[in-house]
Amino acid sequence: MIAVIDYHKGNLMSVARGLEQAGAEVVVTDDPSAIARASAIVLPGVGAFADAMATLDELRISAVLRGAIAENVPFLGICLGLHLLYEQGEEGALEGADGQAWVLPQGLGVLKGTVRALPRTDEAGKSYKIPHVGWNSIERSPAFSEGKRSCALLEGIPDGEWFYFTHGYAAPLSDADVAFTIHSVTFPSVVMAGERAWGVQFHPEKSSDAGARLLSNFVALAR
Amino acid sequence: MLAKRVIACLDVKDGRVVKGVNFVGLRDAGDPIELAQRYDEQRADEVVFLDITATSDARKTVVDLASRASEELHLPYCVGGGLRSVADIRQMIAAGADKISLNSAAVKAPELITQAAAAFGTQAIVVAIDAKAVAGNPNKWEVYVAGGRTPTGIDVLAWAREAARRGAGEILLTSMDRDGSRDGFDCALTRAVARAVPIPVIASGGVGKIEHFAEGIIEGEADAVLAASVFHYGEMTILDVKRYLASVGIPVRL
Repeated sequence: MIAVIDYHKGNLMSVARGLEQAGAEVVVTDDPSAIARASAIVLPGVGAFADAMATLDELRISAVLRGAIAENVPFLGICLGLHLLYEQGEEGALEGADGQAWVLPQGLGVLKGTVRALPRTDEAGKSYKIPHVGWNSIERSPAFSEGKRSCALLEGIPDGEWFYFTHGYAAPLSDADVAFTIHSVTFPSVVMAGERAWGVQFHPEKSSDAGARLLSNFVALAR
Repeated sequence: MLAKRVIACLDVKDGRVVKGVNFVGLRDAGDPIELAQRYDEQRADEVVFLDITATSDARKTVVDLASRASEELHLPYCVGGGLRSVADIRQMIAAGADKISLNSAAVKAPELITQAAAAFGTQAIVVAIDAKAVAGNPNKWEVYVAGGRTPTGIDVLAWAREAARRGAGEILLTSMDRDGSRDGFDCALTRAVARAVPIPVIASGGVGKIEHFAEGIIEGEADAVLAASVFHYGEMTILDVKRYLASVGIPVRL
């Protein structure tokens, strides 16, 4: 049973149906004990960083997620679900009481670094449309394209494959990156936290055949 | 690099596709979801469901459509037509629509764009503009509302700028002069709007042959091209169009 985490922000049908069509049994839930019992967990991308994390804390789901990832329960974070793997995020940051320092909301902290707003221009000063919305391609990071490391989630998915993105914030580049995508900056579009936890910046449930392949890879790992 | 998009538009009335559809192998030619799935197979990048039902009590059929699409369609989709309030929009987003489009209601009450963008994010808000050339002035276009029946006196470029400033994530720009003409997109109009706003512009209205799609992107500087009848009648498939665009060097998802 795959638990799709419901944090009360929007429609999760397309994620749930995408997993079901890949052969999974799915429960959409906000119950920490059901999540702890699940054979795999999907954290979908709905809402904003600060808000979503506050809801996960309030529902006592955050600790369950950290525990499951540490125990190598298959985990897939989608879009904001990828962002929440990191230590902190700029989205929904509050100005400090003294009116100077910004207080960044804390994420799950499974991966190091801060999720930041995509810049509106690249290094050469060329303008880009933000949020980054539409179909863009992914390329494996060198360690994966050269075969030093492998990623079961991307099995059968070639470099240059297109996925559907819609986001204004992106994770920092790090050793966790499996694949990256280029907009105004190069950012990680697939990351791996430990052995069996992944985050994807795009929406596989909206990415036609390529997305269906990724979801069925995940479902196979969750068996 | 972001791909240029090819979008299929479906006119829907009482939950059924209205424009005649001549599509080989459809079980139910009037079912918008089945047609959209065929377009998915042909590599459509997005689908727009445009509700042309006049009465508001038929709204439920559109909400049902949005909700079925969220389960059965694995593509981003936009729902438009007759949305008048944040509550109307919330219903569609809650049903699973990725984007909604506003037209007449936004012209009447531009703050609706601001409110909707604040509530659902700019990426979810498309402002549709029906534009008609002003006689005797080659670089001026007027905004029409009510399905293209009513002139407003509003300048298209000024309105596009205001929509973007208020939080529209995209402009769906239809040339009324070209719509149904098969003469190709109005590239002068499309380019003028694309240069006026910092958000993506979808060119619509006038496609008759495959070259027109490339013209909309290259000469019109559009980020996406939209068509309805040439796809519905099976004159060309979306895959044909995308292969053609790729062959002239335009980045597309194949």
